[in-house]
Amino acid sequence: MGIVQIAVVLVVLVLLVKPLGTYVYNVFSNEPNRTDRIFGPVERWIYRLIGLRNREGMTWKKYAITLLLTNAALAFISYLILRIQSILPLNPNGVGAMEETLSFNTVISFITNTNLQHYSGESSLSYFSQMAVIMMMMFTSAATGFSAAIAFVRGITSRGNSLGNFFEDFVKAHTRIFLPAAIVVTMILVGLDVPQTLQSTLTVTTLEGAMQNIAIGPVASLESIKHLGTNGGGFFGANSSHPFENPNGLTNVIEILSMWALPASLPYVYGRFARNRKQGWVVYSAMMALFLVFLATVYTSELHGNPVMNSLGIDASQGSMEGKEVRFGIPQSALFTAVTTAATTGTVNNMHDTLTPLGGLVPLAQMMLNCVFGGKGAGLMNMLMYAILGVFIAGLMVGRTPEFLGRKIEPREMKLIAIAILIHPLIILGPTAIAFLTDLGSGAISNAGFHGISQVLYEYTSSAANNGSGFEGLADNTSFWNITTGLVMLLGRYVSMIAMLAVAGSFVRKQWVPETIGTLKTDNRWFVGILVGTVLIIGALTFLPAIALGPIAEHLTLG
Amino acid sequence: MQSSTRKSMLTSTILKDAVIDSFKKLNPITMMKNPVMFVVEVGTFIVLLTVLLPDFMGAKGHVGFNLTVFFVLLITVLFANFAEALAEGRGKAQADSLKQSKQQLSANKRTFSGIKAVPSTELRKGDIVVVSQGEMIPGDGEVIEGLASVDESAITGESAPVIKEAGGDFSSVTGGTRVVSDRIVVQITSDPGESFIDRMISLVEGAQRQKTPNELALNTLLISLTLIFLIVVVTLAPIARYAGVNIEAPVLIALLVCLIPTTIGGLLSAIGIAGMDRVTQFNVIAMSGKAVEAAGDINTMILDKTGTITFGNRMASSFIPVGNEKIETVGYWSAITSVKDETPEGRSVIDLMRAEQYEYDEKLAIDAEFIAFKAETRMSGVDLRDGRQVRKGAVDAVKQWVKAQGGSIPADLDEKGNAIASKGGTPLAVAIGNRIVGLIYLKDTVKPGMRERFEQLRKMGIKTIMCTGDNPLTAATIALEAGVDDFIAESKPEDKIAVIRREQAEGKLVAMTGDGTNDAPALAQADVGLAMNSGTTAAKEAANMVDLDSDPSKIIEVVSIGKQLLMTRGALTTFSIANDVAKYFAIIPAMFTIAIPQMDGLNIMHLGSPSSAILSALIFNAIIIPLLIPLAMRGIAYKPMSAMKLLGKNMTVYGLGGIIAPFIGIKLIDLIVHLWV
Repeated sequence: MGIVQIAVVLVVLVLLVKPLGTYVYNVFSNEPNRTDRIFGPVERWIYRLIGLRNREGMTWKKYAITLLLTNAALAFISYLILRIQSILPLNPNGVGAMEETLSFNTVISFITNTNLQHYSGESSLSYFSQMAVIMMMMFTSAATGFSAAIAFVRGITSRGNSLGNFFEDFVKAHTRIFLPAAIVVTMILVGLDVPQTLQSTLTVTTLEGAMQNIAIGPVASLESIKHLGTNGGGFFGANSSHPFENPNGLTNVIEILSMWALPASLPYVYGRFARNRKQGWVVYSAMMALFLVFLATVYTSELHGNPVMNSLGIDASQGSMEGKEVRFGIPQSALFTAVTTAATTGTVNNMHDTLTPLGGLVPLAQMMLNCVFGGKGAGLMNMLMYAILGVFIAGLMVGRTPEFLGRKIEPREMKLIAIAILIHPLIILGPTAIAFLTDLGSGAISNAGFHGISQVLYEYTSSAANNGSGFEGLADNTSFWNITTGLVMLLGRYVSMIAMLAVAGSFVRKQWVPETIGTLKTDNRWFVGILVGTVLIIGALTFLPAIALGPIAEHLTLG
Repeated sequence: MQSSTRKSMLTSTILKDAVIDSFKKLNPITMMKNPVMFVVEVGTFIVLLTVLLPDFMGAKGHVGFNLTVFFVLLITVLFANFAEALAEGRGKAQADSLKQSKQQLSANKRTFSGIKAVPSTELRKGDIVVVSQGEMIPGDGEVIEGLASVDESAITGESAPVIKEAGGDFSSVTGGTRVVSDRIVVQITSDPGESFIDRMISLVEGAQRQKTPNELALNTLLISLTLIFLIVVVTLAPIARYAGVNIEAPVLIALLVCLIPTTIGGLLSAIGIAGMDRVTQFNVIAMSGKAVEAAGDINTMILDKTGTITFGNRMASSFIPVGNEKIETVGYWSAITSVKDETPEGRSVIDLMRAEQYEYDEKLAIDAEFIAFKAETRMSGVDLRDGRQVRKGAVDAVKQWVKAQGGSIPADLDEKGNAIASKGGTPLAVAIGNRIVGLIYLKDTVKPGMRERFEQLRKMGIKTIMCTGDNPLTAATIALEAGVDDFIAESKPEDKIAVIRREQAEGKLVAMTGDGTNDAPALAQADVGLAMNSGTTAAKEAANMVDLDSDPSKIIEVVSIGKQLLMTRGALTTFSIANDVAKYFAIIPAMFTIAIPQMDGLNIMHLGSPSSAILSALIFNAIIIPLLIPLAMRGIAYKPMSAMKLLGKNMTVYGLGGIIAPFIGIKLIDLIVHLWV
């Protein structure tokens, strides 16, 4: 039955890809279409309000700078709000101001779409902060990532020198995608018993007569954008394993699909922009192939349970249920884990810290690759970066200088891609090594030995990939962790994003090379293989030594 | 490959020099040009320190192992240096033979006060020299007076002398070639050190070799991979220490060297030099590596009809009887008129007779009196001893001649004549006395094998365009027969540029050949311009390649060489990167097994011991470089086929092979190494 539960969700996802992709393409292709009638008036009003009369195309530099400044402005306002939330309205529980380094970490965490939480929502944030900071940035960071990916795709598929207008993309991502979708999903979640209220924490008397505080709040609205925007920051510290965030199997499936459907449809959008849908399906297939391998690994690993427990004669017929919710069981937990780290959402419905070693390897590995569907836009950009790399290496073997989508890959692009492929291992392995060299870092580890290595590695990988899930168990609300992970999140988000926008900027100006029978085609099965191979050999092998010392060593020493 | 003199040879001197050079290249300043190997060299040095100062480096007790690692690393660097030195050495050997033709020459310079003997090094652009029989031409120039045959074997390897004369397309002469007859006056066109031979020498020596755009891009990739693995290895030590595993510096360095792309890093420049060298061996001088690379990318090729696709002479292709005559009769009398005819047309008639195995009475013709072709009569033929007259010539002329003798004109003559003309051929009427027996179908003949070559080009995705001054009808016939994709009839030199510009505007890369001065602008505009050595200086200056044999169809081979160069680079890169998988499985368990015994589960190759595993991976990494040198020099096998087929083939051999080969190689080496450690 477990397999059937998983298969049903997969089938629904596959069915969603094309209609959703077509819709997203229509939103960003800037060609007139039916949805203009519905959203046009609102958007025109917004454009007028912000003084955006002629929405001219921007060069990559202008696009990137606009994106950065917009994000910086949002981050600054958010920081202020967190620091003075105690005197702001909508604070029925009287929450105090947030500490500096924690505010720094929290702001970066949400502006970068990471949603790593070193705080616990119910005790550290006022309702106003939840809505004005957390939820606001959940929308804007998703829209930023989406805009960047669309600009990148425009750059590599069109000619001229414009990647589009950032403000227009940013507004449209809100008005036509995230807001409508969030409203629909919120309604459904409310219908499925997720709370949505501005009342303060309930204090109830339990059956034993004891007093209990039950935290509630505007949960459903946050829950919807948390997944739709692949954000992952929960209302409660326990995230989607909390019964108010994710009360039952159906909400679990809705949450999985709402975080997965948009990233999964982006390759299709890319195919539409490239005027060759097969290009999109190739990228999609490579992502799906990798995903299925990872999903199978975590599912079987969890199903077989913990060998130590098994050898003690404890009934393990349900699999390793430690840290999992009984209402989800192994299949729904494994699928959730695979999807949340593939789509770099970072929401969790089970504690990744208590996954079996090989099960825990899966979320870690998917975040290290950061291109198995990936977060809002980042995944597609990373996968296309691997595609360019794959073309560069394999393309030479057909006896031509490499070309991707009819554009030659030259030293400039390779330098930019070099930055993008270097930054990821650097900001994961570098800080990990530093953490082990100092007491400030290694002091936070709650499990010694190989599991401790996994904990630290997971924290930085999650930050670098802008995922935000925690292995937990790490005492990470200290200045050291707040600042280092904050920097890693920043670099992980913007360095490669800007490098890839620069690649798009250089592609868009290039002379097109016509395709002949002598050209390496990137829209067939061979290229799926090349793409997966490039991801594994360039992306994955880098992390093998670290993984060998973490989850693999833990697995081998377990039995 | 007509000339044997320029075939590269692997003589013992070249090998010896390469060995010496590979040590000279250890100089860190030289090594820095190759960042991948520079990292290996730095690693070697650090390992040397652990051997020399074991106490200071905390490496007591491992001196033997460390010493072995040091030697293997040193050999890795030397092997890479050797590959480069060998490729350069072959170029140098060629340069030396060229230098011999560049000894100090004496020149007879024409001055106001008469002829004066000066050393050739004192000649400047614009000077005028007189070169007589037996003398060397002192520098590159244009013949401005006279005509002479010149022996150019020093640069072309072709021993037959060529005619050089003032004016026209055969006026350029090259310094270092010898006048074998007559006397010419030459105006020098280059300053010392800039002559054609000088440029050739510096090209084959590799002194002016600049990295091509693709090499630069690939180098960026290799450097970033090196940096990534540097990050991996440097960060591994503190992480491992937390897990209770202490990894010594030499082991970390061994891991680093195994992971960074040393194979392609060591062979990359050798592949580039060898690719240029292959072009040179083909008697084509490429002015830059970029030109060779561009040749691999060519989308469109513009070829002159005459001389490239066809022989350029009209030749008899069939006999066509008229009236009630038989075909053998036409052949018989055609042959009689042609036995003494030395024109190409005449000879081709005899060739055709031989090919068709028709019989004729040769004696009859030998005894006859030959009447040569004249512009007024537009006929040629023989007057036989018995008084009969036989003529062949333009249809009109023969008709008039026959009518004048009271003969009648066969009804189907004009129809058949026009049929030949409409197919782009030339009809020659053959008459004996007042009787017209038939027509000789003359046509421009496509060189044998051209059709197959165009077929190959099509498989490579290259479009061919034929340029000809012929009328559209003739052009279409030849185009169809040769199998080119497109043609331009009645083309003028400007048309070629227009076509090149049009194709380039579509993003295509264009190759063309040319020799005349009026080809120069088009040669300069084309991405690959191949000038004929027999052509004018202007053409050679404008082109980025010069064919010393002056064979325009060679452009096709140049494209193949360009593709082969790129493929070799890609194949070895793929192989090098794919090798990492096996090396990981050798070294990672070996590094951790002592502290974490269960890690032996990853030792899927069942290597003997941790030390032996590390050494085996390292040794494999070193010896794969010399093993691949022949492949890097020769280039990987290439047959024209579609890109996807090529990819499939190369991916299987070098991608999949690159994953599997080291598993086998490392295991085999381990079987031996494990005997000691």
